[in-house]
Amino acid sequence: MSYTLHHPKWHRVAKPIFWWIRRWAYIGFIFRELTSVAVAYFAVLLVLIYCAVQSGPEAYAALMGLLAHPAMVTISVFALGAVLYHSITWFNLSPKAMVVRLGRWRVPDLMIAGGNYAAWFAISGVIAWAYIIG
Amino acid sequence: MSTIKKSNDPFWWTLFGAGGALSAMFVPMLLFLTGVATPLGWVEGPSFDSVSQVLLHPVTRLGAFALVSLSLFHWAHRFRFTLYDGLQLKHLYQLIAVIYYGGAIIGSLIAAYVIW
Amino acid sequence: MPTITLEVLRYLPEDGAEPVFQEYEVPLRADWVVLDALNHIKDHIDGTLSYRWSCRMGVCGSCGMMVNGKPVLTCAAFLESFAPGPIRVEPMAHFPVVRDLVVEVTDFMDKLTEAKPWIIRETEKPLSEGEYRQSPEELGDYKQYTMCINCMLCYSACPVYGLDQGFSGPAALALAQRYNKDSRDQGNAQRMEQHSNDEGIWGCTMVGECSEVCPKHVDPAGAIQQYKLAGAVDWWKSLITRKGK
Repeated sequence: MSYTLHHPKWHRVAKPIFWWIRRWAYIGFIFRELTSVAVAYFAVLLVLIYCAVQSGPEAYAALMGLLAHPAMVTISVFALGAVLYHSITWFNLSPKAMVVRLGRWRVPDLMIAGGNYAAWFAISGVIAWAYIIG
Repeated sequence: MSTIKKSNDPFWWTLFGAGGALSAMFVPMLLFLTGVATPLGWVEGPSFDSVSQVLLHPVTRLGAFALVSLSLFHWAHRFRFTLYDGLQLKHLYQLIAVIYYGGAIIGSLIAAYVIW
Repeated sequence: MPTITLEVLRYLPEDGAEPVFQEYEVPLRADWVVLDALNHIKDHIDGTLSYRWSCRMGVCGSCGMMVNGKPVLTCAAFLESFAPGPIRVEPMAHFPVVRDLVVEVTDFMDKLTEAKPWIIRETEKPLSEGEYRQSPEELGDYKQYTMCINCMLCYSACPVYGLDQGFSGPAALALAQRYNKDSRDQGNAQRMEQHSNDEGIWGCTMVGECSEVCPKHVDPAGAIQQYKLAGAVDWWKSLITRKGK
Protein backbone atom coordinates (compact mmCIF):
# COMPACT_ATOMS: atom_id res chain seq x y z
CA MET A 1 0.00 0.00 0.00
CA SER A 2 1.52 3.33 -0.99
CA TYR A 3 1.16 6.73 0.62
CA THR A 4 -0.37 8.17 -2.53
CA LEU A 5 -3.53 6.15 -1.97
CA HIS A 6 -4.50 8.64 0.72
CA HIS A 7 -3.92 11.70 -1.43
CA PRO A 8 -6.38 14.31 -0.16
CA LYS A 9 -7.17 16.07 -3.44
CA TRP A 10 -8.63 13.06 -5.23
CA HIS A 11 -12.35 12.97 -5.53
CA ARG A 12 -14.03 9.88 -4.16
CA VAL A 13 -17.67 9.04 -4.72
CA ALA A 14 -19.49 6.99 -2.11
CA LYS A 15 -21.89 4.40 -3.45
CA PRO A 16 -25.50 5.22 -2.58
CA ILE A 17 -27.61 2.55 -0.88
CA PHE A 18 -29.82 2.30 -3.96
CA TRP A 19 -26.97 2.00 -6.46
CA TRP A 20 -28.75 -0.99 -7.94
CA ILE A 21 -31.79 0.95 -9.09
CA ARG A 22 -29.83 2.66 -11.84
CA ARG A 23 -29.50 -0.28 -14.24
CA TRP A 24 -31.89 -3.10 -15.13
CA ALA A 25 -29.03 -5.58 -14.85
CA TYR A 26 -28.50 -4.63 -11.21
CA ILE A 27 -32.22 -4.75 -10.43
CA GLY A 28 -32.34 -8.23 -11.95
CA PHE A 29 -29.38 -9.21 -9.79
CA ILE A 30 -30.98 -8.02 -6.54
CA PHE A 31 -34.25 -9.71 -7.45
CA ARG A 32 -32.38 -12.91 -8.26
CA GLU A 33 -30.75 -12.85 -4.84
CA LEU A 34 -34.08 -12.16 -3.14
CA THR A 35 -35.60 -15.29 -4.73
CA SER A 36 -33.78 -17.11 -1.94
CA VAL A 37 -36.57 -15.86 0.34
CA ALA A 38 -39.11 -17.75 -1.77
CA VAL A 39 -36.92 -20.85 -1.54
CA ALA A 40 -36.86 -20.50 2.25
CA TYR A 41 -40.64 -19.97 2.20
CA PHE A 42 -41.12 -23.32 0.52
CA ALA A 43 -38.71 -25.00 2.94
CA VAL A 44 -40.83 -23.74 5.83
CA LEU A 45 -43.99 -24.84 4.00
CA LEU A 46 -42.60 -28.34 3.55
CA VAL A 47 -41.81 -28.56 7.26
CA LEU A 48 -45.38 -27.43 8.05
CA ILE A 49 -46.73 -30.10 5.73
CA TYR A 50 -44.73 -32.69 7.61
CA CYS A 51 -45.98 -31.28 10.90
CA ALA A 52 -49.55 -31.67 9.69
CA VAL A 53 -49.03 -35.17 8.28
CA GLN A 54 -47.49 -36.32 11.55
CA SER A 55 -50.42 -34.83 13.49
CA GLY A 56 -53.19 -36.50 11.55
CA PRO A 57 -55.86 -36.04 8.85
CA GLU A 58 -57.56 -33.09 10.56
CA ALA A 59 -54.35 -31.10 10.84
CA TYR A 60 -53.50 -31.91 7.23
CA ALA A 61 -56.95 -30.83 6.04
CA ALA A 62 -56.60 -27.62 8.05
CA LEU A 63 -53.26 -26.85 6.40
CA MET A 64 -54.68 -27.54 2.94
CA GLY A 65 -57.57 -25.25 3.81
CA LEU A 66 -55.15 -22.54 4.84
CA LEU A 67 -53.25 -22.92 1.59
CA ALA A 68 -56.49 -22.45 -0.33
CA HIS A 69 -57.05 -19.05 1.26
CA PRO A 70 -56.78 -16.33 -1.44
CA ALA A 71 -54.01 -14.53 0.44
CA MET A 72 -51.96 -17.73 0.66
CA VAL A 73 -52.55 -18.51 -3.00
CA THR A 74 -51.38 -15.02 -3.92
CA ILE A 75 -48.23 -15.46 -1.84
CA SER A 76 -47.64 -18.85 -3.43
CA VAL A 77 -48.05 -17.42 -6.92
CA PHE A 78 -45.46 -14.73 -6.23
CA ALA A 79 -43.19 -17.28 -4.57
CA LEU A 80 -43.60 -19.56 -7.58
CA GLY A 81 -42.60 -16.74 -9.91
CA ALA A 82 -39.54 -16.08 -7.78
CA VAL A 83 -38.57 -19.76 -7.61
CA LEU A 84 -38.93 -20.08 -11.39
CA TYR A 85 -36.64 -17.07 -11.82
CA HIS A 86 -34.20 -18.75 -9.44
CA SER A 87 -34.25 -21.99 -11.44
CA ILE A 88 -33.84 -20.29 -14.80
CA THR A 89 -31.00 -18.03 -13.70
CA TRP A 90 -29.34 -20.94 -11.88
CA PHE A 91 -29.39 -23.24 -14.89
CA ASN A 92 -28.31 -20.46 -17.25
CA LEU A 93 -25.30 -19.80 -15.03
CA SER A 94 -24.39 -23.47 -14.59
CA PRO A 95 -22.00 -23.55 -17.59
CA LYS A 96 -19.90 -20.79 -16.00
CA ALA A 97 -18.95 -23.00 -13.06
CA MET A 98 -19.11 -26.43 -14.68
CA VAL A 99 -16.38 -26.99 -17.24
CA VAL A 100 -16.75 -30.55 -18.47
CA ARG A 101 -14.19 -32.19 -20.69
CA LEU A 102 -14.56 -35.50 -22.46
CA GLY A 103 -11.04 -36.19 -23.62
CA ARG A 104 -10.07 -33.33 -25.91
CA TRP A 105 -13.57 -31.99 -26.37
CA ARG A 106 -15.06 -29.36 -24.10
CA VAL A 107 -18.80 -29.71 -23.67
CA PRO A 108 -20.37 -26.50 -25.03
CA ASP A 109 -22.17 -24.16 -22.61
CA LEU A 110 -25.54 -24.75 -24.28
CA MET A 111 -25.31 -28.47 -23.60
CA ILE A 112 -24.40 -27.97 -19.96
CA ALA A 113 -27.35 -25.66 -19.47
CA GLY A 114 -29.52 -27.91 -21.63
CA GLY A 115 -28.57 -30.92 -19.53
CA ASN A 116 -29.62 -29.09 -16.39
CA TYR A 117 -32.90 -28.03 -17.93
CA ALA A 118 -33.56 -31.58 -19.12
CA ALA A 119 -32.97 -32.92 -15.62
CA TRP A 120 -35.28 -30.23 -14.24
CA PHE A 121 -38.09 -31.14 -16.64
CA ALA A 122 -37.64 -34.84 -15.96
CA ILE A 123 -37.74 -34.41 -12.19
CA SER A 124 -40.72 -32.06 -12.40
CA GLY A 125 -42.51 -34.52 -14.63
CA VAL A 126 -41.99 -37.38 -12.21
CA ILE A 127 -43.21 -35.26 -9.28
CA ALA A 128 -46.30 -34.15 -11.18
CA TRP A 129 -47.07 -37.69 -12.30
CA ALA A 130 -46.69 -39.10 -8.79
CA TYR A 131 -48.86 -36.30 -7.37
CA ILE A 132 -51.66 -36.68 -9.87
CA ILE A 133 -51.67 -40.46 -9.72
CA GLY A 134 -52.22 -40.03 -5.97
CA MET B 1 0.93 -28.26 2.60
CA SER B 2 -0.65 -24.82 2.61
CA THR B 3 -3.54 -24.42 4.99
CA ILE B 4 -6.39 -23.10 2.92
CA LYS B 5 -8.69 -22.69 5.89
CA LYS B 6 -8.34 -18.93 6.05
CA SER B 7 -12.05 -18.42 5.73
CA ASN B 8 -14.97 -20.74 6.25
CA ASP B 9 -16.74 -19.36 3.23
CA PRO B 10 -16.01 -22.43 1.07
CA PHE B 11 -18.12 -24.48 3.49
CA TRP B 12 -21.11 -22.15 3.36
CA TRP B 13 -20.71 -21.72 -0.38
CA THR B 14 -20.85 -25.49 -0.90
CA LEU B 15 -24.10 -25.63 1.08
CA PHE B 16 -25.39 -22.64 -0.87
CA GLY B 17 -24.56 -24.37 -4.16
CA ALA B 18 -26.12 -27.67 -3.16
CA GLY B 19 -29.21 -25.90 -1.84
CA GLY B 20 -29.49 -23.81 -4.97
CA ALA B 21 -29.26 -26.81 -7.26
CA LEU B 22 -31.69 -28.97 -5.26
CA SER B 23 -34.22 -26.19 -4.88
CA ALA B 24 -33.93 -25.22 -8.53
CA MET B 25 -34.70 -28.80 -9.55
CA PHE B 26 -37.41 -29.75 -7.05
CA VAL B 27 -39.15 -26.69 -5.66
CA PRO B 28 -40.92 -25.19 -8.70
CA MET B 29 -43.19 -28.17 -9.43
CA LEU B 30 -43.75 -28.95 -5.74
CA LEU B 31 -44.69 -25.36 -4.98
CA PHE B 32 -46.89 -25.17 -8.06
CA LEU B 33 -48.80 -28.29 -7.08
CA THR B 34 -49.19 -27.65 -3.38
CA GLY B 35 -49.45 -23.87 -3.36
CA VAL B 36 -51.27 -23.04 -6.58
CA ALA B 37 -52.72 -25.93 -8.58
CA THR B 38 -54.48 -27.81 -5.78
CA PRO B 39 -55.81 -24.77 -3.89
CA LEU B 40 -57.19 -23.41 -7.15
CA GLY B 41 -58.76 -26.75 -7.99
CA TRP B 42 -56.79 -27.35 -11.17
CA VAL B 43 -55.44 -30.63 -9.81
CA GLU B 44 -57.01 -32.81 -7.18
CA GLY B 45 -54.67 -33.29 -4.26
CA PRO B 46 -53.83 -36.84 -3.23
CA SER B 47 -55.65 -38.32 -0.23
CA PHE B 48 -54.22 -37.98 3.25
CA ASP B 49 -53.31 -41.68 3.22
CA SER B 50 -51.36 -41.41 -0.05
CA VAL B 51 -49.58 -38.29 1.14
CA SER B 52 -48.59 -39.75 4.49
CA GLN B 53 -47.52 -42.99 2.84
CA VAL B 54 -45.17 -41.20 0.44
CA LEU B 55 -43.92 -38.51 2.80
CA LEU B 56 -43.26 -40.79 5.74
CA HIS B 57 -41.25 -43.25 3.67
CA PRO B 58 -37.65 -43.16 4.95
CA VAL B 59 -36.20 -42.24 1.53
CA THR B 60 -38.64 -39.34 1.13
CA ARG B 61 -37.90 -38.18 4.67
CA LEU B 62 -34.19 -38.11 3.92
CA GLY B 63 -34.77 -36.26 0.65
CA ALA B 64 -37.17 -33.80 2.25
CA PHE B 65 -34.74 -33.06 5.08
CA ALA B 66 -31.94 -32.50 2.58
CA LEU B 67 -34.16 -30.21 0.52
CA VAL B 68 -35.32 -28.20 3.53
CA SER B 69 -31.96 -27.90 5.21
CA LEU B 70 -29.98 -27.06 2.10
CA SER B 71 -32.66 -24.60 0.96
CA LEU B 72 -32.35 -22.79 4.28
CA PHE B 73 -28.55 -22.64 3.96
CA HIS B 74 -28.93 -21.46 0.37
CA TRP B 75 -31.18 -18.64 1.59
CA ALA B 76 -28.91 -17.80 4.52
CA HIS B 77 -25.78 -17.45 2.39
CA ARG B 78 -27.47 -15.52 -0.39
CA PHE B 79 -29.36 -13.21 1.94
CA ARG B 80 -26.21 -12.50 3.93
CA PHE B 81 -24.46 -11.23 0.79
CA THR B 82 -27.55 -9.34 -0.33
CA LEU B 83 -27.40 -7.41 2.94
CA TYR B 84 -23.76 -6.56 2.18
CA ASP B 85 -24.50 -5.46 -1.39
CA GLY B 86 -27.98 -4.07 -0.94
CA LEU B 87 -27.92 -2.38 2.44
CA GLN B 88 -24.12 -2.00 2.74
CA LEU B 89 -24.03 -3.82 6.06
CA LYS B 90 -20.67 -5.51 5.51
CA HIS B 91 -19.33 -4.03 8.73
CA LEU B 92 -21.85 -6.13 10.62
CA TYR B 93 -20.56 -9.28 8.96
CA GLN B 94 -20.08 -11.25 12.17
CA LEU B 95 -23.53 -10.48 13.50
CA ILE B 96 -25.14 -11.20 10.14
CA ALA B 97 -23.30 -14.51 9.76
CA VAL B 98 -24.39 -15.63 13.21
CA ILE B 99 -28.00 -14.64 12.66
CA TYR B 100 -28.42 -16.16 9.22
CA TYR B 101 -26.31 -19.28 9.43
CA GLY B 102 -27.50 -19.79 12.97
CA GLY B 103 -31.05 -19.43 11.72
CA ALA B 104 -30.43 -22.00 9.01
CA ILE B 105 -28.93 -24.39 11.55
CA ILE B 106 -31.87 -23.95 13.91
CA GLY B 107 -34.29 -24.35 11.03
CA SER B 108 -32.56 -27.57 10.01
CA LEU B 109 -32.76 -28.91 13.55
CA ILE B 110 -36.46 -28.12 13.69
CA ALA B 111 -36.94 -29.78 10.32
CA ALA B 112 -35.05 -32.86 11.47
CA TYR B 113 -37.24 -33.06 14.57
CA VAL B 114 -40.46 -32.65 12.63
CA ILE B 115 -39.58 -34.88 9.73
CA TRP B 116 -38.59 -37.69 12.01
CA MET C 1 -23.28 19.44 -40.06
CA PRO C 2 -25.49 18.04 -37.29
CA THR C 3 -24.10 18.29 -33.79
CA ILE C 4 -24.48 16.44 -30.52
CA THR C 5 -23.96 17.63 -26.96
CA LEU C 6 -21.50 16.02 -24.58
CA GLU C 7 -21.97 16.58 -20.86
CA VAL C 8 -18.53 15.99 -19.45
CA LEU C 9 -17.81 15.81 -15.73
CA ARG C 10 -15.06 18.24 -14.83
CA TYR C 11 -13.06 18.02 -11.63
CA LEU C 12 -10.17 20.40 -11.00
CA PRO C 13 -8.25 19.49 -7.82
CA GLU C 14 -6.74 22.98 -7.54
CA ASP C 15 -10.20 24.45 -7.14
CA GLY C 16 -11.08 21.77 -4.63
CA ALA C 17 -14.77 22.25 -5.42
CA GLU C 18 -17.26 19.48 -6.24
CA PRO C 19 -17.19 18.04 -9.76
CA VAL C 20 -19.43 19.84 -12.24
CA PHE C 21 -20.83 18.96 -15.66
CA GLN C 22 -19.71 21.06 -18.59
CA GLU C 23 -21.51 20.98 -21.92
CA TYR C 24 -19.76 20.86 -25.25
CA GLU C 25 -21.29 20.73 -28.72
CA VAL C 26 -19.38 18.53 -31.19
CA PRO C 27 -19.99 17.54 -34.81
CA LEU C 28 -22.04 14.38 -35.15
CA ARG C 29 -19.93 12.55 -37.72
CA ALA C 30 -20.93 9.02 -38.66
CA ASP C 31 -17.46 7.58 -38.10
CA TRP C 32 -16.72 9.40 -34.83
CA VAL C 33 -16.52 7.74 -31.48
CA VAL C 34 -16.73 9.44 -28.08
CA LEU C 35 -12.92 9.59 -28.00
CA ASP C 36 -12.94 11.55 -31.27
CA ALA C 37 -15.42 13.95 -29.69
CA LEU C 38 -13.16 14.39 -26.63
CA ASN C 39 -10.14 15.00 -28.89
CA HIS C 40 -12.18 17.56 -30.81
CA ILE C 41 -13.09 19.30 -27.55
CA LYS C 42 -9.46 19.36 -26.41
CA ASP C 43 -8.14 20.54 -29.76
CA HIS C 44 -10.75 23.16 -30.63
CA ILE C 45 -12.97 24.05 -27.69
CA ASP C 46 -11.39 23.52 -24.27
CA GLY C 47 -7.75 22.57 -23.93
CA THR C 48 -8.02 22.13 -20.16
CA LEU C 49 -9.93 18.85 -20.43
CA SER C 50 -7.85 15.88 -19.22
CA TYR C 51 -8.36 12.23 -20.14
CA ARG C 52 -6.37 9.12 -21.02
CA TRP C 53 -6.22 7.46 -24.42
CA SER C 54 -3.69 5.82 -26.68
CA CYS C 55 -4.27 3.26 -29.41
CA ARG C 56 -7.84 4.37 -30.25
CA MET C 57 -8.56 0.85 -31.48
CA GLY C 58 -9.53 -1.17 -28.43
CA VAL C 59 -6.28 -2.92 -27.51
CA CYS C 60 -4.48 -0.67 -25.04
CA GLY C 61 -7.19 -0.34 -22.39
CA SER C 62 -6.49 3.35 -21.68
CA CYS C 63 -9.70 5.13 -22.67
CA GLY C 64 -12.27 3.57 -20.36
CA MET C 65 -14.94 5.98 -19.10
CA MET C 66 -18.59 5.99 -18.04
CA VAL C 67 -20.77 6.94 -20.99
CA ASN C 68 -24.43 7.42 -20.02
CA GLY C 69 -23.75 5.48 -16.85
CA LYS C 70 -22.16 2.47 -18.51
CA PRO C 71 -18.42 1.70 -18.48
CA VAL C 72 -17.17 1.57 -22.09
CA LEU C 73 -14.02 2.09 -24.13
CA THR C 74 -14.59 5.53 -25.58
CA CYS C 75 -12.69 4.50 -28.71
CA ALA C 76 -15.41 1.93 -29.38
CA ALA C 77 -18.51 3.98 -28.55
CA PHE C 78 -19.93 5.57 -31.68
CA LEU C 79 -21.57 8.98 -31.26
CA GLU C 80 -24.48 8.00 -33.50
CA SER C 81 -25.50 5.19 -31.16
CA PHE C 82 -26.25 7.84 -28.53
CA ALA C 83 -28.06 10.27 -30.85
CA PRO C 84 -29.83 12.61 -30.31
CA GLY C 85 -27.95 12.84 -27.00
CA PRO C 86 -26.87 14.51 -24.83
CA ILE C 87 -24.08 12.09 -23.98
CA ARG C 88 -22.96 12.01 -20.37
CA VAL C 89 -19.24 11.31 -20.00
CA GLU C 90 -17.81 10.65 -16.54
CA PRO C 91 -14.64 9.09 -15.16
CA MET C 92 -14.69 5.33 -14.54
CA ALA C 93 -16.72 4.49 -11.46
CA HIS C 94 -15.25 3.13 -8.23
CA PHE C 95 -11.84 4.75 -8.63
CA PRO C 96 -10.68 8.02 -7.04
CA VAL C 97 -10.71 10.84 -9.56
CA VAL C 98 -7.39 12.64 -10.04
CA ARG C 99 -8.68 15.23 -12.48
CA ASP C 100 -11.58 15.43 -14.96
CA LEU C 101 -11.79 11.97 -16.57
CA VAL C 102 -8.50 10.65 -15.18
CA VAL C 103 -8.75 8.08 -12.38
CA GLU C 104 -6.15 6.71 -9.97
CA VAL C 105 -5.28 3.13 -10.85
CA THR C 106 -2.71 2.16 -8.21
CA ASP C 107 -5.14 -0.11 -6.37
CA PHE C 108 -5.83 -1.98 -9.59
CA MET C 109 -2.11 -2.41 -10.23
CA ASP C 110 -1.61 -3.75 -6.72
CA LYS C 111 -4.43 -6.24 -7.17
CA LEU C 112 -2.90 -7.50 -10.43
CA THR C 113 0.46 -8.01 -8.76
CA GLU C 114 -1.14 -9.88 -5.87
CA ALA C 115 -2.45 -12.45 -8.34
CA LYS C 116 1.19 -13.43 -9.02
CA PRO C 117 0.80 -13.12 -12.79
CA TRP C 118 3.83 -15.18 -13.84
CA ILE C 119 4.63 -18.84 -14.35
CA ILE C 120 5.38 -20.34 -10.95
CA ARG C 121 7.36 -23.56 -10.96
CA GLU C 122 8.04 -25.86 -8.02
CA THR C 123 10.69 -27.61 -10.07
CA GLU C 124 12.52 -25.98 -12.91
CA LYS C 125 13.33 -28.05 -15.94
CA PRO C 126 17.00 -27.93 -16.94
CA LEU C 127 17.64 -26.41 -20.34
CA SER C 128 18.91 -29.72 -21.65
CA GLU C 129 15.43 -31.22 -21.26
CA GLY C 130 14.05 -28.78 -23.77
CA GLU C 131 11.04 -26.48 -23.75
CA TYR C 132 7.71 -26.84 -21.93
CA ARG C 133 5.33 -28.27 -24.51
CA GLN C 134 1.67 -27.38 -24.59
CA SER C 135 -1.08 -28.78 -26.76
CA PRO C 136 -3.68 -26.55 -28.44
CA GLU C 137 -6.28 -27.95 -26.02
CA GLU C 138 -4.12 -26.98 -23.04
CA LEU C 139 -3.74 -23.53 -24.56
CA GLY C 140 -7.49 -23.39 -25.03
CA ASP C 141 -7.99 -23.87 -21.27
CA TYR C 142 -6.65 -20.43 -20.45
CA LYS C 143 -6.37 -18.49 -23.70
CA GLN C 144 -9.56 -16.54 -23.12
CA TYR C 145 -8.12 -15.10 -19.91
CA THR C 146 -5.00 -13.86 -21.69
CA MET C 147 -7.12 -11.41 -23.67
CA CYS C 148 -7.48 -8.93 -20.82
CA ILE C 149 -6.26 -5.45 -21.78
CA ASN C 150 -6.42 -4.14 -18.19
CA CYS C 151 -9.01 -1.52 -19.13
CA MET C 152 -10.70 -1.74 -15.69
CA LEU C 153 -14.22 -1.53 -17.10
CA CYS C 154 -15.04 -4.67 -15.10
CA TYR C 155 -14.07 -2.88 -11.87
CA SER C 156 -16.37 -0.02 -12.77
CA ALA C 157 -19.18 -2.47 -13.39
CA CYS C 158 -18.60 -4.55 -10.27
CA PRO C 159 -20.80 -3.38 -7.37
CA VAL C 160 -18.79 -5.48 -4.89
CA TYR C 161 -15.63 -3.55 -5.74
CA GLY C 162 -17.62 -0.35 -5.72
CA LEU C 163 -18.75 -1.03 -2.16
CA ASP C 164 -15.43 -2.43 -0.92
CA GLN C 165 -12.17 -1.51 -2.62
CA GLY C 166 -10.49 -4.32 -0.70
CA PHE C 167 -12.10 -6.80 -3.09
CA SER C 168 -9.58 -8.29 -5.53
CA GLY C 169 -11.86 -7.66 -8.45
CA PRO C 170 -12.69 -9.43 -11.71
CA ALA C 171 -9.56 -8.76 -13.76
CA ALA C 172 -7.14 -9.78 -10.99
CA LEU C 173 -9.01 -13.03 -10.34
CA ALA C 174 -9.29 -13.81 -14.05
CA LEU C 175 -5.58 -13.11 -14.37
CA ALA C 176 -4.88 -15.56 -11.55
CA GLN C 177 -6.95 -18.16 -13.39
CA ARG C 178 -4.99 -17.44 -16.57
CA TYR C 179 -1.95 -18.80 -14.79
CA ASN C 180 -3.72 -21.40 -12.66
CA LYS C 181 -5.06 -23.05 -15.81
CA ASP C 182 -1.77 -22.81 -17.70
CA SER C 183 -0.32 -26.32 -17.89
CA ARG C 184 3.19 -24.94 -17.43
CA ASP C 185 2.29 -23.31 -14.10
CA GLN C 186 2.54 -24.96 -10.68
CA GLY C 187 1.44 -22.03 -8.56
CA ASN C 188 -2.23 -22.87 -7.89
CA ALA C 189 -1.68 -23.34 -4.16
CA GLN C 190 0.06 -19.98 -3.78
CA ARG C 191 -2.64 -18.10 -5.64
CA MET C 192 -5.38 -19.96 -3.78
CA GLU C 193 -3.78 -18.86 -0.51
CA GLN C 194 -3.89 -15.29 -1.79
CA HIS C 195 -7.47 -15.40 -3.08
CA SER C 196 -9.43 -17.91 -1.01
CA ASN C 197 -10.80 -15.36 1.45
CA ASP C 198 -13.53 -12.72 1.82
CA GLU C 199 -11.62 -10.16 -0.22
CA GLY C 200 -10.86 -12.68 -2.93
CA ILE C 201 -13.12 -15.17 -4.64
CA TRP C 202 -15.59 -15.44 -1.74
CA GLY C 203 -16.42 -11.76 -1.98
CA CYS C 204 -17.86 -12.22 -5.45
CA THR C 205 -21.65 -12.49 -5.56
CA MET C 206 -21.83 -13.36 -9.25
CA VAL C 207 -23.52 -10.18 -10.38
CA GLY C 208 -22.07 -10.94 -13.79
CA GLU C 209 -21.80 -7.34 -14.99
CA CYS C 210 -18.03 -7.65 -15.31
CA SER C 211 -18.38 -10.14 -18.15
CA GLU C 212 -21.13 -8.04 -19.73
CA VAL C 213 -18.95 -4.93 -20.08
CA CYS C 214 -15.66 -6.65 -20.94
CA PRO C 215 -14.67 -5.49 -24.44
CA LYS C 216 -12.47 -8.55 -25.00
CA HIS C 217 -14.93 -11.25 -23.88
CA VAL C 218 -12.63 -12.50 -21.18
CA ASP C 219 -15.57 -13.61 -19.02
CA PRO C 220 -14.06 -12.91 -15.60
CA ALA C 221 -17.33 -13.99 -13.97
CA GLY C 222 -16.88 -17.49 -15.35
CA ALA C 223 -13.24 -17.50 -14.28
CA ILE C 224 -14.24 -16.60 -10.74
CA GLN C 225 -16.99 -19.25 -10.53
CA GLN C 226 -14.49 -21.92 -11.58
CA TYR C 227 -12.02 -20.47 -9.10
CA LYS C 228 -14.70 -20.81 -6.38
CA LEU C 229 -15.34 -24.42 -7.34
CA ALA C 230 -11.61 -25.17 -7.17
CA GLY C 231 -11.40 -23.30 -3.89
CA ALA C 232 -14.27 -25.27 -2.39
CA VAL C 233 -12.77 -28.59 -3.53
CA ASP C 234 -9.41 -27.57 -2.05
CA TRP C 235 -11.06 -26.60 1.22
CA TRP C 236 -12.88 -29.92 1.61
CA LYS C 237 -9.72 -31.78 0.64
CA SER C 238 -7.69 -29.92 3.23
CA LEU C 239 -10.33 -30.76 5.83
CA ILE C 240 -10.01 -34.45 5.05
CA THR C 241 -6.22 -34.49 4.87
CA ARG C 242 -5.96 -32.58 8.14
CA LYS C 243 -8.34 -34.98 9.85
CA GLY C 244 -6.48 -37.88 8.25
CA LYS C 245 -3.32 -36.78 10.03
